[in-house]
Amino acid sequence: MTRVRIPPTLRNEVGGERELAGAGETVREVLADISGRYPALEAQLFEDGDLAPFVNVYLGGEDVRTLDGLDTRVNGSSVILLPAMAGGC
Amino acid sequence: MATYRELLAEVKLRIDEVGATAAHERHGEALFVDVREREEWEEGAVPGAVHVSRGQLESRIEGLVPDRSRELVLYCAGGSRSAFATKALQELGYENVVSLAGGFTDWKRNGFPIETPRSLTPDQRRRYSRHLLIPEVGEAGQERLLGGRVLLIGAGGLGSPASLYLAAAGVGTLGIVDADVVDDSNLQRQIVHSTESLGEPKVLSAKRALEALNPDVVVKTYEERLTSENVERILGEGWDVIVDGADNFPTRYLVNDASVWHGIPVVHGSIYRFEGQVTVFNPGEGPCYRCLFPTPPPPELAPSCAEGGVLGVLPGIVGSLQANEALKLVLGIGETLQGRLLLLDALGTTVDEVSVQRDPACPVCGEHPTVTEYVDYVEFCAGARA
Repeated sequence: MTRVRIPPTLRNEVGGERELAGAGETVREVLADISGRYPALEAQLFEDGDLAPFVNVYLGGEDVRTLDGLDTRVNGSSVILLPAMAGGC
Repeated sequence: MATYRELLAEVKLRIDEVGATAAHERHGEALFVDVREREEWEEGAVPGAVHVSRGQLESRIEGLVPDRSRELVLYCAGGSRSAFATKALQELGYENVVSLAGGFTDWKRNGFPIETPRSLTPDQRRRYSRHLLIPEVGEAGQERLLGGRVLLIGAGGLGSPASLYLAAAGVGTLGIVDADVVDDSNLQRQIVHSTESLGEPKVLSAKRALEALNPDVVVKTYEERLTSENVERILGEGWDVIVDGADNFPTRYLVNDASVWHGIPVVHGSIYRFEGQVTVFNPGEGPCYRCLFPTPPPPELAPSCAEGGVLGVLPGIVGSLQANEALKLVLGIGETLQGRLLLLDALGTTVDEVSVQRDPACPVCGEHPTVTEYVDYVEFCAGARA
């Protein structure tokens, strides 16, 4: 299972969880596994089957856009979901 | 028992000396170390030289020059104190050290360049004494800070601690951009303001607090919201670093585009509830905000602290980290967060780091920019998910 960090702005979609575990060989499979359980999360993360452009996904600290995208193999690393935050207030 | 003259003659036998002309040829490569007393140094010195008086030489040199193979030229007024100093450094293992025969007097007589070092007043020497003791800062660093100019976007949660620490550190000019007035809901975290400044423009409240903390600091206030219309005027005043503590996406993207075009590094911080993000965007060197977040999130995914709340101490932590990055940028020391995004979770007290890379396809700092002038940032951020 791969650990997936849920940012505060997406916790309402996953029942308040800060971290979830997902099954799968690739980032796509892991996120699909979690989204299957939390359809509201899927609606925020994906657009037309691809990652929404405003959500950054990191595997082992590296942006998956610089790896093989959603097809990057997880290989035991953990995933961080990260949308931008504006607040300086 | 040897006389002074005999002792000096013996020391000179055991060191290497260079004349003013030979020393001048090394100027620019070798590090010149002025071992005279402070008052002599203040009246004029070799440009670029560091000052360590003879009495403090052995205790301070390792901090100033960790590399024992570095080429050093030691000088005093006439070449005697520097001869003893050279012998002392040889004994400390410095391999490439010479004494300037004839000293600063001979250097000047040859018409070689001199400068009058800016020097701290006795009050400043006491105020910044804990900085002066750090080899990486020291007097030269403190003078850099006093000549430094940092622009803060926002005098709120992040701008409060950042501006207080930058002012305390002696950053000579601080600019603050903020259009709001102090509200009682701000005071749970915005520590540059106080109950007595309720209703007052934040920039004026902050200016009063910062100048009271440190009269060396000039605070320039911009009681306005940063917009495409005023950004050129404000950034055009010339800043070394921007500390971005804005509270909305349009301003974040505006600050980014303007900083890329002006070549000014931005220390970015953002907060929400228990979590913070900090990084440094250094135009031309590392990624920019648009490389990290090319597309702003839709409003429902990006609630502000006003909507979602924030733990009062969180901006204190994140804003202090921003001040730390800004100080390093002004001083030119250490490793900044350029290329790294720090993720702080105050609830679990954990820190994560993810790497941020420059995007060659970035519309602003990429190889073929498509955004080359200011856009309507409110519309850009509202239209993220049509």
